[in-house]
Amino acid sequence: MKLIYEKSHPGRRAGRPPRPEGLPRAEVPSELARAEPPRLPELAEPDLLRHFTELSTRNFGIDTGFYPLGSCTMKHNPRINERLAALPGFRDLHPHQEEDGAQGALRLCWELQEALAEITGLDAVSLQPAAGSQGELTGLLLMRAYFAERGDGDQRRKVVIPDTAHGTNPASVTMAGYELTPVKTDARGNIDVEDLRGKVDEHTAGLMLTNPSTLGLFDENIEEIAAIFHGVGGLMYYDGANLNAVCGVSRPGDMGFDIVHINLHKTFSQPHGGGGPGGGPIAVAKRLEPYLPVPAIVRDGERFRLDYDRPQTIGKVRGFLGPFGVFVRSYAFIRAYGPKLREMSEVAVLNSNYLLARLRDAYELPYDRLCMHEFVLSARKLKREHGVTALDVAKRLMDYGFHPPTIYFPLVVPEALMIEPTETEAKETLDEFADAMIAIAREAAEDPELAKSAPHGRVVGRLDEVKAVKRVVVRYLFDEHPDLSAEPAAAAAVEAPKGV
Amino acid sequence: MSYLALTDSDREAMLETIGVSSVEELFADLPVGVRLGRELELPPAMSEQELNAYFGSLAAENAHVGAELLFLGAGMYDHYVPAIVDAVLQRGELLTAYTPYQPELSQGVLQAIFEYQTAICELTGMDVSNASGYDGTTVAADACFIAKHATGRSKVVVTEATNPQVRQVVKTFAPGFGLEVVEVPHRDGATDPDELREAAADAACVIFQHPNFFGVLEPAPELAAAANEAEALAVAHVDPISLGVLEPPGNYGCAIAIGEGQSAGNYLSYGGPHYGFLAARSELIRRMPGRIVGETTDAAGNRGYVLTLQTREQHIRREKATSNITTNQTLLALAGLVYLSWLGPEGLREVGETCMSLAEHAKKRLGLPLAFADRQTFKEFAVRVGRPAQEVIRAARERGVHPGYPLGRDYPGMDDVLLVALTEKRKPDEIELLAEVLAA
Repeated sequence: MKLIYEKSHPGRRAGRPPRPEGLPRAEVPSELARAEPPRLPELAEPDLLRHFTELSTRNFGIDTGFYPLGSCTMKHNPRINERLAALPGFRDLHPHQEEDGAQGALRLCWELQEALAEITGLDAVSLQPAAGSQGELTGLLLMRAYFAERGDGDQRRKVVIPDTAHGTNPASVTMAGYELTPVKTDARGNIDVEDLRGKVDEHTAGLMLTNPSTLGLFDENIEEIAAIFHGVGGLMYYDGANLNAVCGVSRPGDMGFDIVHINLHKTFSQPHGGGGPGGGPIAVAKRLEPYLPVPAIVRDGERFRLDYDRPQTIGKVRGFLGPFGVFVRSYAFIRAYGPKLREMSEVAVLNSNYLLARLRDAYELPYDRLCMHEFVLSARKLKREHGVTALDVAKRLMDYGFHPPTIYFPLVVPEALMIEPTETEAKETLDEFADAMIAIAREAAEDPELAKSAPHGRVVGRLDEVKAVKRVVVRYLFDEHPDLSAEPAAAAAVEAPKGV
Repeated sequence: MSYLALTDSDREAMLETIGVSSVEELFADLPVGVRLGRELELPPAMSEQELNAYFGSLAAENAHVGAELLFLGAGMYDHYVPAIVDAVLQRGELLTAYTPYQPELSQGVLQAIFEYQTAICELTGMDVSNASGYDGTTVAADACFIAKHATGRSKVVVTEATNPQVRQVVKTFAPGFGLEVVEVPHRDGATDPDELREAAADAACVIFQHPNFFGVLEPAPELAAAANEAEALAVAHVDPISLGVLEPPGNYGCAIAIGEGQSAGNYLSYGGPHYGFLAARSELIRRMPGRIVGETTDAAGNRGYVLTLQTREQHIRREKATSNITTNQTLLALAGLVYLSWLGPEGLREVGETCMSLAEHAKKRLGLPLAFADRQTFKEFAVRVGRPAQEVIRAARERGVHPGYPLGRDYPGMDDVLLVALTEKRKPDEIELLAEVLAA
């Protein structure tokens, strides 16, 4: 398929902005004026629309089919939420509008905060962080501010993270100026409490934990872990990536966590948009509330206002109140369920355990327990016996019409296949997927080339990711654009996490 | 209402396959002490029709663009969003996909990002762009993190005429990065290159906005030169709408160009979601944050696109990553690509020219003293209204006009200054109404 720039013809155009008559022509001083126009595409609207429509046909979304990408919670995106976010009163509202002209929006934000506080079991919420990883960084800055005020900020430098954690956790630790203390996973898939004891002391700022973990397992020792951290005056941070497992069942605040981020695009169904937008609100215990980003949304009777007068605040982590359109969709999702939100998590866990039960004999199960909303299998045996890797299984699943699960993550499981079906899938879909996975395991023994050469019949074959790194082409270069088909292929595939 | 698909008999069959008798048993690993044991205290469930009504009532309480004539900007602008943007963004294959980890199923999003990266490079005059940042504030913090590691220095300089929210976000993240933030004051609405040069000594980077927060055209080439003389990275925060008429940062010596993408193809949406863009010279590519899409081929030599240079990223490099960003703003960046493609180079120049003409016309018609009379501006300008700007705003809104942003909110001594924005959506007769309202 051609790039849009390759379909461009000089002088052709779609949009024609207004040119009011009789106005003075404003001139940019010559030293600041643009000499050469940007080479943007020049197409008529019908061809523009065809271009983007063709792109869409070369993509796979939840609307296309089953998308069990572990730790990403690819659930159905109700279309009512799109309609609501597009109401002119929300979509066309300026963020600097005065408070009395934004009461509906402020009420919505405030009600969403209340709902998230109840769901997480914590006291105060800031909706501002733009995504989960920004919520993490915000939470760590709250820790810094909290300890700085208590006078032991210089002493508490370490943040403990288990080896199953998402890569965002250690990356956020570095960006917050903290040091990483890794802790191991035990034979049951919980944090190794003995390892942990030796690593937590008065130099520890806190813990970052995903619970259930990226193995899809609830940490059975969570109360003991909380006691260890609180015993040395440390704080507990809950990575909400897997909150879809426990809404209405168990609350991070009740588990002992002090700070939580919520991924609105995962648990509360903001469409993932090909990579974003997301939303990463944080909920905190009372003692951390003074440090939350500004402005805070305050309710005075039936009126809502923004409060910037928070002397202990860490500041701002993003513009305005956060990604408001995401709040509209997620709050509508929460209001659809109401007090029965627990059913969402129950079915997410039921669907996941059902798939696990159907697949446990065809693949290796590294931790033999009931799972939560997702589970991790290993393709190690297929690789050892037939040379078929997790990557091959993933690519072969495309031939069966499914999006692959997350692979090569978590890092503690070799040849990992991390499967999250979500609550919105029907039993038939789960069965078709299980049948495909079982068939692929059987094929691996009978005809391993089927998987190794997959996918078949897609718009492109398996793409050479190593070549893309060796010969970096990250934009169209017009007349100087290279022909990469002439370049030699790379030998090996990259076994890196795909997903999360 | 729920969005669940299982029937009771499905559930029974599934529980039997699992080998448990109830859903409750699936949660056996949870210690009793951490179980909630009651229903969540949330407002009653709603049907789709009830959601429609309730959210409709909330939306109706807001004074949106259709309800008030908007001359308010200050970083977010009421530019026209063409219908084709809505049409493309509603394609479910794009809307409901996630990050393109599996390229063979994601060529649509990957090619779109590659085309977006190209458009951003063309706009800014840079070599490489990432797939988007969160917004126009967070990309400034990203630029600081790049500069810290590229130069090993521990200070960043930001001009006071840069958007206050951008400065505030930089100040929030800088301590964690190990950076001190120094601000350089504006002089009569613009930055003095000599003052900036002095401040730039030992700085990792210098961030300036052009046109700046007051709408004023900065002496941008001189500001970039001041940074370069100090061997600090010159970072320009630019408005994409201005880049049809203004020279791109890559052409006057900047190392990094950043900005808020909202004005190019995103609705106001009370502040988000939007996209921030970040583009740089090629030597900085391995320090860039976030996703980058690159071209490659399959075994048969067919062209295709993949996420590339991923060893920069958190899922591989973990604590040594160039950023923690994962979820970004792809859908909003796609809106930007559709918008820029719809306008094309001519259209983008025309939007810029129309905004500038309207702004010059408005300056004359309002007849109010300009706060920075000697400065040239783009689509926004500051006027003295002779009394507290907040009062003027209140009175104007009673007549259905939002006249602008009160600069006293961020700049001491400017309580009587109103920042007025003109987009191509405003018409000469609306400017007459604004003049009348402000004269009252």
